[in-house]
Amino acid sequence: MKVKVKLEQKPRGLTFQDLILKLSHFWVKQGCVLQQPYDVEVGAGTMHPETFLRVLGPHPYRVSYVQPSRRPADGRYGENPNRLYKHSQFQVILKPSPVDVQDVYLKSLGAIGINLKEHDIRFEEDNWESPTLGAWGIGWQVLLDGLEITQFTYFQQSGGIDLDPISVELTYGLERICAFLQGVESVYDLRWSADKTYGDIRLMEEQQFSEYSFDRSDAAAIRSEFELHEKQAKELLDGFKGTAGKDRARYPILAAYDHCLKCSHLFNLMDARGVISTTERAALMARVRTLACRTASAYLEQISPAAQRPEVRA
Amino acid sequence: MKPAPKSALKDKSVELLFEVGCEEIPAGMLPKAEEELRTNIEKLLSAESLSEGVTVETFSAPRRLTAWVRGLPAKQSDVESEVTGPPKSVAYDSVGAPTRAAQSFAEKQHVHVNALYLIQTPKGEYLAAKQIKLGKTAEQILTAILPRAVHDLTWPRSMTWTGLDGTRFIRPIRWIVAVLDGKPLKFSIAGLPAGDTTRGHRFIGSNSIRVRNFADYEKKLHSNGAIIRPSRRREKIEAELNAHAKHGSFRIHEDADLRRLVTYLNEFPTVIQGDFDPAFLSLPDEILITVMRDHQKYFAVEKKNGELAPHFLAVINIAKDSKGLIRAGHERVLRARFADAQFFWQSDQKCRLADYLPKLERVTYESRLGSYRDKVERVRAIARWLTEQWFNLGLLQAHVAEADRAAELAKCDLATEMVREFTELQGIVGGLYARAQGEPDEVADAVYDHYRPVGLEDPIPRNLTGCAVSLADKLDSIVGCFAVGVVPTGSSDPYALRRAALGIVKIIIEKKLPVSLSLAIGAAAKALLTHKPKRGVTPEQETQVLEFILDRAKFVLREKEGFGYDEVSAVFRAGADDLLDARKRLVALKAIRKSKNFEPLAVSFKRIRKILEKANVSAGQGRQVNPELFENQAERHLYSTAREAGSKVQSLKREGKYQEALEVIAGLRPAVDEFFDGVMVMAENEAVRANRLTLLAELLREFTTVADFSEIGGEERR
Repeated sequence: MKVKVKLEQKPRGLTFQDLILKLSHFWVKQGCVLQQPYDVEVGAGTMHPETFLRVLGPHPYRVSYVQPSRRPADGRYGENPNRLYKHSQFQVILKPSPVDVQDVYLKSLGAIGINLKEHDIRFEEDNWESPTLGAWGIGWQVLLDGLEITQFTYFQQSGGIDLDPISVELTYGLERICAFLQGVESVYDLRWSADKTYGDIRLMEEQQFSEYSFDRSDAAAIRSEFELHEKQAKELLDGFKGTAGKDRARYPILAAYDHCLKCSHLFNLMDARGVISTTERAALMARVRTLACRTASAYLEQISPAAQRPEVRA
Repeated sequence: MKPAPKSALKDKSVELLFEVGCEEIPAGMLPKAEEELRTNIEKLLSAESLSEGVTVETFSAPRRLTAWVRGLPAKQSDVESEVTGPPKSVAYDSVGAPTRAAQSFAEKQHVHVNALYLIQTPKGEYLAAKQIKLGKTAEQILTAILPRAVHDLTWPRSMTWTGLDGTRFIRPIRWIVAVLDGKPLKFSIAGLPAGDTTRGHRFIGSNSIRVRNFADYEKKLHSNGAIIRPSRRREKIEAELNAHAKHGSFRIHEDADLRRLVTYLNEFPTVIQGDFDPAFLSLPDEILITVMRDHQKYFAVEKKNGELAPHFLAVINIAKDSKGLIRAGHERVLRARFADAQFFWQSDQKCRLADYLPKLERVTYESRLGSYRDKVERVRAIARWLTEQWFNLGLLQAHVAEADRAAELAKCDLATEMVREFTELQGIVGGLYARAQGEPDEVADAVYDHYRPVGLEDPIPRNLTGCAVSLADKLDSIVGCFAVGVVPTGSSDPYALRRAALGIVKIIIEKKLPVSLSLAIGAAAKALLTHKPKRGVTPEQETQVLEFILDRAKFVLREKEGFGYDEVSAVFRAGADDLLDARKRLVALKAIRKSKNFEPLAVSFKRIRKILEKANVSAGQGRQVNPELFENQAERHLYSTAREAGSKVQSLKREGKYQEALEVIAGLRPAVDEFFDGVMVMAENEAVRANRLTLLAELLREFTTVADFSEIGGEERR
C-alpha cells in the first residue's frame, strides 16, 4: 500500500514584517533616509510631512517609511477580506526624480521575490490628486497580473505650489502585495510574523474603529474639534507673517501643519458618520485645502526665502 | 552587368527612422498622437518644400512613438533669385564706370562687381545681382524639424519630470532614435541626444538595441518583445482570441473599444484564458461584464446560447505564461472583484430601492439646484406632465402613474454601494434592483434606460415610460442649469448639457413623440419654480434653452439623418417647435428638391428676401395688397395665382401633406419669373412701389411656412 506522505510545506511568500524589512532595506541602499510613520492620523502616506513638505523647495531628498493610513469610511468591521479602516502604505520619495526611476522601482519588486519575467506587470495611466492637500501628480498605477500594487506619481504640485525639482512618489499597498506573495484570499490570513497573523494583530482594531466611526463617534464633538484645530492652524499661520530672523526660523509652521492634518482626519470621521452633505463636503475640503496651501507656502518661505516661486492657488 | 551610375545627390532619396522613447504613454492617447506626429512631420517637410514623393508612416506602442519616412529627397533644390540694386543712373558714372553705390551693392551681395548686370524694370534700368540659395540637405532640415514635430504634439494634460524649466510631455521622454540612411542625426529632444539605439520590451527585450533603418528596427524590436505596428498587434490579439474561442467552444462578447484599447496597452499582447467560479453567474450579466471590461480589461465570453460562460480572456503584455502564474493572479483579482460585487448586490438589497430616496438628500446635483432628492421631485412632475400630454394626444400607452414611479426610483441607485463602486452602472443597477424587487417591467426598464441615449449612436430607452423619464431628467438638467447660468461654452460643459439636448432630440424623433419643445421647457421651468429650490426661469432663459435644443436638433438631422445644411436651415426658419413636424417637412423638402421648378424658385425667393431687406420691409408687416394699384398683367397674374395657391397650400398643410404643398408652391415659378421679367418692383410711384413690395412680402410669408426656400442653395456653413 502506498502511503501519501504529506510534506511539511514551507509557507509561501514573505511575511508582512519581512516585506517591510526587504523594502526598507532596498530603499535604504538607494540612499533613502528610513523614516518612521507620522504620529498624527493621516489618510495617506503623502500627508506625512516627509512627503508633503519635503517635496517643496530645491533641496534633494530621498526618504522611505511605512505609513499606517486611516480611512474611516473604508472600514468594514473586519468582515471584508480586502477593505480596511487602516491599511499600510510603504512610501518612497525620490527628489529629484532619477532618470531610471522605473527600473529602480522594478528592481524593488525583484527584491521582494517577484520574478519580473514570469508576471504581467504594467504601468497603467492613473493620475493622482488630493484635493484636500492641493496636491496632484501624473503617473500610473502599477498592475501585477491585474492587481494594483503601487501608485507611481511624478508630483507636480503640493500645497498648491508648482514643484521644482519634480519628486517621484512611490506608494506600495503593503497588504495587497503581501496577500499576493503569500497567495491568501483574506488580509486577515496574512502571516505577519512566523507565528502571528494579520488578524491576530489587527482584527480587533478594525472591528472597534469601524464601530466607532460608523456608529458611535460623537459628530457634534468632532465638528467642534475640527473648528478648534482649524482655528489654531489659522492663528499660527497668521502669526508667521510678522516674524523675522531667528524667530522666523523657529516659528512652528510644523505645528500648524499638525492641526491641518487633524482637520483632515476629523473631516474623514464626519464623512464616515454620514453627517456631511455633498455641498458641505466640498466646503469643508476647501477649508482643509486652504490650511494645507498656506502651510506649504509658509514652509517654503521659512526654509529658503529665495526659493519661493509664485504660488498657484488650487 | 554594369553598376547603375551614381545619381546626383538631389535625385537620390533617403529614408528616416525616428523614435521617441517614453515611459508608458496612456493607451487611449496613442492613436491620436500617432496621427498627429504624422501630420506634423508632413506639414513641416512641406513647409521646407521637401514633401514631394515622400511617404510618412507613424506607429506607436506604450513606450514609443515611431515615424518612418521614405522617399525623402536628399536635398532641397537650389533656388536662383535676382536682387535689384540701385538704378543705372546712380550705379555708373558718366564714363560708365561703377560708382561707390554699385561697389557697395556688390559687396553686400557677396558678388564681384563685374558679375552685376542691368535689368529693365517699369521704373527704368536697374542694377541687379544673381543669388543662388543652395538647398539645404534633408539631414539639415530633419535636424531642425523633428524636435519641432515632437514639441507640437498636443496632449490632454502634460507634465514635467525634471522641474519648471523642463520639457513638458505626456510622460517622461527617455531616449531618441533618429537614423537617416543608416546615419544617426545630431539633435536633441528634452535634453537627450538622438542616436541609433532603441530599447525592447521592458522584461523580455534588451535595453540597448542598435538599429540601422526601419526594417531592421521592426525586426529587432519584434525579437525583443515589442511589435511596433498596432495593426500587427491587433491581428495577433484577434487570432489568439479566436483560437481560444474555438478551443473552448464559446464566443467572444464583442467589444470593439476594448480591442482597440488592448492593442495600444501592450507592446507584446498575448491572450490567456482564465476561469471563475460559475456561482458568480447568478449576478446580472451587466455587472459581470462591467467588472471584467471596465475594471480588468478582460473580454467576457458567451456560450452559444448567449449566456455568459464562467471564463474570461485577458490580454497580457508578455510572450507567455508558462507557469500559469499570470493566469492565477488575474483569476484571483477577478474573484475579489466579483466577491465585492456580490456583497454589494446582497447588502444593497437589504432595503428596497425607494428606501434610498432620503439618502439622495446628501447627494448634490448642483449647489444652486439642490440635491438629487430635489431633482427627483422635479423630474417626476415633468414626466407626469409629458405622459399626460401624450395620453391626451391619443398615445394611449402613456401611463402617468408608471412614469411617476419610474422617475421616483430613477436616481435611487446613486446612493447604493454598487453604484458608488461601479459608477458607470448608474441607472442599470437601479433597473436591476427594481426588477429583482418586483417593480413592473415597464418601470424597471425605464429606470434601467433613463440615462440613454448617451451619444449619437446610443439607443434610446426601450419603452415609453423610459422615454418620459429620460426626457424629463434631461429637460430639468438643461432648464435648471441655464436658469443658474451654467451654460455650455466651448469645451466646457460640466453637466453634459449638449449630450442631454442631443438625447432629447433623438428620443423625440426616433420614438416619434408629439412634443412641443417650448411647452415642455415651460413645464420644466414650472417644476423648478414650484419644487425645491423654487427658482424662477426668465422668458429669455426659456428661449435660450429652446435655441440650444434646436441647435442640437439641426446637428442630429444633418449628421445622423443626412439632411442638407440648407434644407435644415430652410425648415427650421419656418419653425421647429414640433420636431416631428419639422422632420416631416424636411422629408418633403428633400423629395421635391430635385423637381425642375424648385431651385429656380428658391433663387427667386432669395431675391425677394433681398429686395425686401433692402427696402426695409418685413415679411410680417400688416399691409394688404391693393389690386387696384396693379399696373401690369404680370403682377395681377402673380397675385391671383398666389391667392389660389395659398388656399391650396393651407389645406394641404392642415392634412400634413407637405410634399404636395411644396409642389403647389413650386408651381408658382412661372408666375414669379414672369413678374420679375415684366415688373419693376421699385417703381417711381410710391403707392405702386409699396403695393408691389407688399405683394412680395405676402408671398414670402405665405409660402415659407413649410420651409423657407430663401435658405435653399445657400453656401455650406458650419
